Amino acid sequence: MPEPLPETADVPSSRAVEAGVQTLTLETTPPIPVVVEKSATKKLGIVGWIAIIWIVTIVGSAIFASLLWIPRPDQKFLALAGDGPSLAHPFGLDSIGQDMLSRVVYGARASLLVSVASVLFGLVFGGILGLIAGYYRGRIDTLLSYTFNVFLAIPQLVLALALVAVFASDPAVTVGKRELWLVIAIGLVSIPIIGRITRAATLAWSQREFVLAARSMGAKNRRIIVRDVLPNVLPAMFSISLLGIAVVIVLEGGLSILGVGVPTSTPSWGNLIATGRNELTKIVGAAPQVIFAPSIVIFITVLSLNYLGDVVRARFDVRDSAL
Amino acid sequence: MRAVIQRLVQLVVVLLLVTAFTALLLDLVPGDVTNSLAPVSTPAQRQELRHELKLDRPFLTRYADWVNGVAHGDLGCYYGTSGYTSAKTCPDKVADRVKDALPVSLTLMFYAQLLALVIAIPLGVATAYRAGSLFDKGVNTLAFGLLAIPNFVLGLVLAYYVGVKLNWVDPTGYVDFGQDPVAHFQQLALPVISLAVGQVAVYMRLLRSDMIATLQEDFVTMARAKGLSPARILWRHALRPSSLTLLTVAGLNVGALIGGAVVIENIFVIHGMGFLIADAIVRRQYVALQSYVAILALGYVAVNFLVDILYAVLDPRIRHARAVA
Repeated sequence: MPEPLPETADVPSSRAVEAGVQTLTLETTPPIPVVVEKSATKKLGIVGWIAIIWIVTIVGSAIFASLLWIPRPDQKFLALAGDGPSLAHPFGLDSIGQDMLSRVVYGARASLLVSVASVLFGLVFGGILGLIAGYYRGRIDTLLSYTFNVFLAIPQLVLALALVAVFASDPAVTVGKRELWLVIAIGLVSIPIIGRITRAATLAWSQREFVLAARSMGAKNRRIIVRDVLPNVLPAMFSISLLGIAVVIVLEGGLSILGVGVPTSTPSWGNLIATGRNELTKIVGAAPQVIFAPSIVIFITVLSLNYLGDVVRARFDVRDSAL
Repeated sequence: MRAVIQRLVQLVVVLLLVTAFTALLLDLVPGDVTNSLAPVSTPAQRQELRHELKLDRPFLTRYADWVNGVAHGDLGCYYGTSGYTSAKTCPDKVADRVKDALPVSLTLMFYAQLLALVIAIPLGVATAYRAGSLFDKGVNTLAFGLLAIPNFVLGLVLAYYVGVKLNWVDPTGYVDFGQDPVAHFQQLALPVISLAVGQVAVYMRLLRSDMIATLQEDFVTMARAKGLSPARILWRHALRPSSLTLLTVAGLNVGALIGGAVVIENIFVIHGMGFLIADAIVRRQYVALQSYVAILALGYVAVNFLVDILYAVLDPRIRHARAVA
């Protein structure tokens, strides 16, 4: 599983802090002219717009799936079972005659619901902890950073797998309950990642002059965090959430393959691939579209989210160094 | 030396915390392993089995037992209906499974990292040297695309086309190198590629951005002024100081991949650590799971520790800063 933000990955402990502080003080001197191609990524550009249009389409069709002119996801066209793409069924049909386009569109509901909810979960808790650690520093920072590192020593997929398997693997468990546990499990494993990124950004921002100014005017810590630090840290958090949603979409797929994703009674991109997997082992009459339709949709969605996340990050960097 | 001891203490603390957390989590689980071990049994029989498996003891006692066992090299025993008294009489030792699975996982991880680095390092250096060129843009776009392919999708597609359609290799299973070297590489080719592709993109992008920064440094200008060839500057002077982030992330990935290849091991039916873990979770083999998590965490922390030492080897500035301090 790719790290959501490889650039900020663990440079162990205190050195990262020093480095962060150092770049900050260096930035007041004119920067060395680097061959930076940031101007290229700073603007949204045509690719950015395509990415936005794709995301809006996916989200829109997921919300309004029942209003769209597509069959129900469980409607069976038995005569056409296993057929490839056609005009009436652009993504083809699976081996029991269900329309793949419809399944992918309805699958977006579960996939997006789980990924957005779990990233929000991680964002709220990881964000708060990161802000506290980065702003107050000292003992509480040591404690929180240490906890983050301990949790990062358990592979995320294993931890999420254990949580879901342990609390919601019973076949009798309802779809809603399984989804809830997926959200909690994935949200929990994302807390240390988001927490550390928020902490690093907070650490840098809370040493700026305007924070000192606010403090000298007698502002309370909580007010400074909410009014002065948080708005500056938000772009970094927004960027990591876009990347995070992409990671979770993939993670849900991995969990589905291991049998603990969204239950197959409700289509999700992950469980479509997981179910379609058996199709590929057929020597004769395999219908590869059952894998390809959801895979391609996952690919384009992840690509779009990664791109937009990068654009946000580039913008945020530019703003940071322009000060 | 003090730093080393400090890190070792830290390592032990992290391991204790991680395993204690796992144990606590598993203790909270609703349901009971005896239900699946002996589906047809009276409550009294189950109670007896629980007693034999020492599951009726308080949480802390069981955790202390486990820690004590691990400290003496006993990783525990799979629960079975015959009950588990000591490692000597255990029919299904966790240690035996680890002995089989760990080399498989390490091999898979080693090949995947090797392949990723062998492709990513030259690409990273070349794109940094030609930053902004058409070649650079092309490679970057490609890498960006590769990043968005989930490894299980790649795995399934490869298994389907190369394994089933073309029938070049058997898409499942694992053959030991000593047994049959050719089959060994054939079997591992697809899972290794599935794991490596995403890493190539990550590593290449990391190295490229660090390398671009290094190429702005005075010592590179100096080397250029001396009239050294670009190849020598790139490979001898600039690569080493640029490889720190790459090294860190690669190190983290080594730790993560030992267990994080769960899905790929599952798709290609490779009985590595990931496979064992998924199996232990599904079968509620908690003692085993605890030991596996401990092994993974140990690997992760140990690799981080090594990376930290390598830092100093790679960058003389860090080495000297430490010597001064």
